Amino acid sequence: MNSLPQTIHASRQLLRSGAMTSVELTEAYLERIAQKEPEIHAYLHVAAEQALAQAHLADERMAAGQDTPLLGVPLGIKDIITVRGMPATAASRILEGFIPPYEATVSRKLREQGAVFLGKLNTDEFAMGWSTENSAYGVTHNPWALDRVPGGSSGGPAAAVAAGEAVAALGTDTGGSVRQPASWTNIVALRPTYGRISRYGVIAFASSLDQVGPMTRDVRDAAILLEAIAGHDPKDSTTFPDPVPPYSQMLAGGIQGMRFGLPREYFTADMHPGVQAATLHAVDRLRALGAIVEEVSLPHTDYGMPVYYLIATAEASANLARYDGVRYGYSAQAPDLQENYKLTRGQGFGEEVKRRILLGTYALSAGYYDAYYLKAQKVRTLIRADFDAVFQQYDALIAPVAPIPPFRIGEAPTDPVSLYLLDVLTLPSALAGVPAIAMPAGFVEEDGAQLPVGIQFIGRPLDETTLFRIAYAYEQVTTDFHLEDTP
Amino acid sequence: MPKLTPEEVQHIAELAKLTLTPEEIERYAADLSAILEYAQQLQQVETDHIPPTASVLPLRNVMRADEPRPGLEPEEALANAPEREDGYFKVHAVLEGSQ
Repeated sequence: MNSLPQTIHASRQLLRSGAMTSVELTEAYLERIAQKEPEIHAYLHVAAEQALAQAHLADERMAAGQDTPLLGVPLGIKDIITVRGMPATAASRILEGFIPPYEATVSRKLREQGAVFLGKLNTDEFAMGWSTENSAYGVTHNPWALDRVPGGSSGGPAAAVAAGEAVAALGTDTGGSVRQPASWTNIVALRPTYGRISRYGVIAFASSLDQVGPMTRDVRDAAILLEAIAGHDPKDSTTFPDPVPPYSQMLAGGIQGMRFGLPREYFTADMHPGVQAATLHAVDRLRALGAIVEEVSLPHTDYGMPVYYLIATAEASANLARYDGVRYGYSAQAPDLQENYKLTRGQGFGEEVKRRILLGTYALSAGYYDAYYLKAQKVRTLIRADFDAVFQQYDALIAPVAPIPPFRIGEAPTDPVSLYLLDVLTLPSALAGVPAIAMPAGFVEEDGAQLPVGIQFIGRPLDETTLFRIAYAYEQVTTDFHLEDTP
Repeated sequence: MPKLTPEEVQHIAELAKLTLTPEEIERYAADLSAILEYAQQLQQVETDHIPPTASVLPLRNVMRADEPRPGLEPEEALANAPEREDGYFKVHAVLEGSQ
C-alpha cells in the first residue's frame, strides 16, 4: 500500500498544509524508489542529492510565502530530455557518460517553478520502440504484471508514475510514445499539438513529429504540467506564439451536446476484443454524459504506418548523424577518422536504431527520394486532410490507443512490419500534428493478470482546452481506475 | 517489388557511416525488404496534385533578434570530448600517413 500523495495537486495540498515538507516528501519518494526499483527498473539515474537540494530550495520558497502549482513536487524526466548536471543517455551506449552542459527549456521551466527532479527515466534507445526492450540499459517491467513490458518508448516514465515512484513525469511522443505506455500502465498522457511545447534540449529523433508530453495519474495533473511547460521559446522556432490558457482552471463544464467521431478504420481486424470492448464502453459513457457519438471515416488511416516509418526514419538518419565519436559520447578509438565514425556508430547504436538509420538513409538516397520520402510527405498531406474534414463536424475523436494489451517481455513480434503495426492507432494523429490524450479505460484479464487498457481522445490543433474538458468529464464517471494502486 | 541485396545494404551503411557485421547485413537486407514491400501500398494513392507536407506548422521564417548573447564556455563545450588537446577536440588522422 502506497500512502504517498499520488498527484501533483494532492502533493501541493499536503505541502501547503504544512503536514510535510518538500524534503520529507522527496525523501519518501526516494525511499519508495529504492523499494520498487529492483522489480521495476524505471530509472536509469536517480539523482538523490540534487533532488534533496531542490526540495530544500522549494521549502525555503514556501517559507517565504511562495505558492506555485509545482513547488516542491517530485517528478521524473524521460532520459531523452536534458536536465543540467544529470546524465543524458537516450538509453543509448553512444551517449554513455554524457553530461549535457545545458538543459531543456521544459526542464528549466519546471525548475524555475520549484519542481524537484528525482532522476532520469528509461526509454527505448533514442525513443525508438514500443517496450523499453530497445534500451541499452535493461528493460523496464510493467508494474501491473512484472513479466510484461510497460510499453514505449516512454516506458520508464509510465512505469514510474504507475508504481508511485514519481508523482508525475515528462515523456516524449513521436508516433505514440507517451500514449501507448500510458494505456499499458493505467495512467494519463497527453501528446500536445505539434509546436505547443519547446523541444530545445530534447534529444532529437524525428523533428517534424517529436513532442514532449505530460504523464500523470489524472487529468488535472496533465493540465497543470502542460500549463507549466507550454508556450513560445526563442530557442525553438517551431513553437507557437499563441498564449497558454490556464488549462487547469478550465476542466469543468461537461460535454453535454458535444459531438464525437468514432473512426471505423481504428478497429483493426487483429484488435484484442478486450480493447474494442473497453472503447465501446467508453463510448456509452460519453453518451450517458449527453454527448453525441457517431461513426466517422478517416480514409487514409492505413497509410499512416508506411508514411510515418519513411518520414520518421529519414529525419532520424539526419538527426543521428551528429553522433560521431568526436565531441561527446562513445568513441571506438579507431586509428583513422572515417573508420572511427563508422565503428563508433556501428558499435554505439543498437539494433533498432541502426535499422531505422538504414531505412531513412535509403528513403533519402538518390533514385529513391521521390518514390519513398516525397511520396510519404504527399500522403501525409492527405492524412492531415482527413482530420481537418472530421473536425469540421466533430469536436473530438474517441479511439483505442494500442490494438493489444502489453505483451510479455521477450515476446514482441519478431518481424518489423508486425512490430511497426503496433503503432497504427497513434501514428496518424502524430503525422497530422493534432493533440491527443490517452486515458485509462479499464482492464482485460489475461493469464490471471489484470492488464490495463487505454483509450484516446483526439482534438483540434491548439485546442487542448476541449480535450482536457472531455477527459476530465470522462474521468469523473469512470470507476476511478486512475486511483487504483498497482499490485 | 523492391528487394534489397546485401550489397545495397552495405552501400547504404557506407552512406550512413555504420560498420555492420555480415550477420547484421543479412538481417537488415531481409527487414528492409519487408518494410519497403509494405510501403509499396503508398503507390496506390493518387498524389499528382497533392503538395508534400514537410511540417504541419503554419509558422514560416521565424526570426529572432540577431543580438550577441553568452554561449558555452570552451571548458563546458569540451567537457564531454572523448579526446582533446590544447582547447580543441582531437580527431584521428584524416589522410593516410598524416599524424
